[in-house]
Amino acid sequence: MKALEVNQLKKTYRNGVVALKGIDLSVEEGDFFALLGPNGAGKSTLIGIVSSLVNASAGETKVFDISVQKQRSRAMAEIGLVPQEVNFNQFEKPFDIVVNQAGYYGVPRGVAKERAEYYLKKLSLWEPAFRMARTLSGGMKRRLLIARAMVHQPRLLILDEPTAGVDIEIRRSMWKFISEINAAGTTVILTTHYLEEAENLCRNIAIIDHGEIVENTSIKHLLGKLDIETFVLDLREPITSLPELDGVELVLRDPTTIEASMPKSRSLNRLFRVLEEHGMEVCSMRNKANRLEELFVRLVNLDQEDAA
Amino acid sequence: MSVEVSARSYWIGYQTILIKEITRILRIWAQTLIPPVITMSLYFVIFGAIIGRRVGEMGGLPYMEFIVPGLIMLSVITNAYGNITSSFFGAKFGKHVEELLVSPLPPWIILAGYVSGAVFRALTVGVLVWLVAAFFSGFHMYNVAVTISILFLTAIVFSLAGFINAIYAQKFDDISIIPTFVLQPLTYLGGVFFSVSLLPGITQQIALVNPIVYMVNAFRYGLLGVSDIPLWIAYAITLGFGTVLFVICLTLLKRGIGLRS
Repeated sequence: MKALEVNQLKKTYRNGVVALKGIDLSVEEGDFFALLGPNGAGKSTLIGIVSSLVNASAGETKVFDISVQKQRSRAMAEIGLVPQEVNFNQFEKPFDIVVNQAGYYGVPRGVAKERAEYYLKKLSLWEPAFRMARTLSGGMKRRLLIARAMVHQPRLLILDEPTAGVDIEIRRSMWKFISEINAAGTTVILTTHYLEEAENLCRNIAIIDHGEIVENTSIKHLLGKLDIETFVLDLREPITSLPELDGVELVLRDPTTIEASMPKSRSLNRLFRVLEEHGMEVCSMRNKANRLEELFVRLVNLDQEDAA
Repeated sequence: MSVEVSARSYWIGYQTILIKEITRILRIWAQTLIPPVITMSLYFVIFGAIIGRRVGEMGGLPYMEFIVPGLIMLSVITNAYGNITSSFFGAKFGKHVEELLVSPLPPWIILAGYVSGAVFRALTVGVLVWLVAAFFSGFHMYNVAVTISILFLTAIVFSLAGFINAIYAQKFDDISIIPTFVLQPLTYLGGVFFSVSLLPGITQQIALVNPIVYMVNAFRYGLLGVSDIPLWIAYAITLGFGTVLFVICLTLLKRGIGLRS
């Protein structure tokens, strides 16, 4: 079954801004799906329509085969939303925020309290659970949004940039938690600006730009399209000039750092041999950028060129 | 496993909104419950005890007794309206109204929850003011059914009116304009301090356009057994206003006016 199915979805705001130009998208049940796109691409509008915060201008959205437009209540019961902005009452206690949210989904108060305790503990929020929410740190607030979204145990969890502004340690613990949720059967849709996050966590991906889906495939397939890789090589001794090497673009970033861009099909051995012949000793090497990031930039730039 | 959408889940949702509202009202009791009681006590002292003695009788009753129903109604109206505007607009302004908008709760449950919270505050304040009034003029109750029903209906009508205000409000100023420039004049001119029958000629007809006149008079009948207006007209007008406002609120919520993009 499809967890999410979007057909010819269009959205034009009252001020005339066309946010979605008739997109089609589907996410299989159990998937960990990444929705990427630059700022203003239409990601939040799409999430807004799926979660019924935004009214669609045309098209249909189905969640587990239930129409969001025609059977809103049933469809919403299946979704948990972690919004981009903190949108809970800052003058309430985290425990109350989570318990009340469960109540809105019809979870009896006793069960809601047990679940609130479980998710708050799981997300390391039990200690401040009875403090005013406004006293929480930025990372704690983000985790509280996740606990709130999970308390009615939705089948589809939508996370709109859940780790924005969160330090790497907490981000990793959040990844672990979300991965566990997905492994337990919950379909996850993630939007993020940290592309390594999408690459590490997600199985399938859609890239949206200017209100259109420019790519919709598996991460594996998408990364397979990347034919050029750039490596950063750190040298033991400084150099002033670079050797010529057929099919490899070498750039001297500073006297001890070289960037080498080359097709994936090329062997690295040849590069090292040439560098050695020129008396250069490589002491370390790394990928210049996240692979998905390179593809993302390329796809979005392509789209912009097409539009121009 | 997701939750079932059923009458029971809606009932739990309604209870949750109501409990949240009551908790909020009681948590900030010094802002929500005490000020109206102090204001009304001052009205009783100044208009009832001091000026009232010189006024003598109004509508065949001692002036102090005459103003009691109107002052209770005044506190019910302002608190019903003020509670829902501040609470719902606050939720809109802080964006936590989205917690409800993404939930399976239908618009009428959300409306019922907020209106019930406002009615709770209005009636709590009304009862407190009533106790203060009993201290000054003794306890009166002519017709229990009329007293309670008109009190409830009035609180519901002005909660619904406040809800519309909160939906359209864009900034905090917008929730104080209607109470200051519309609600307060209508209440003061709605027969709280005088009998409408005392107004000369055309002004009496103009006063009858004011719906608050009907509510205050019906409540006065419930407490003291006197009214300038036939009871059935007062009920018809109150119910009529309530129905129209309810339909408007529901339509606005369903369309997501001021709430959904």
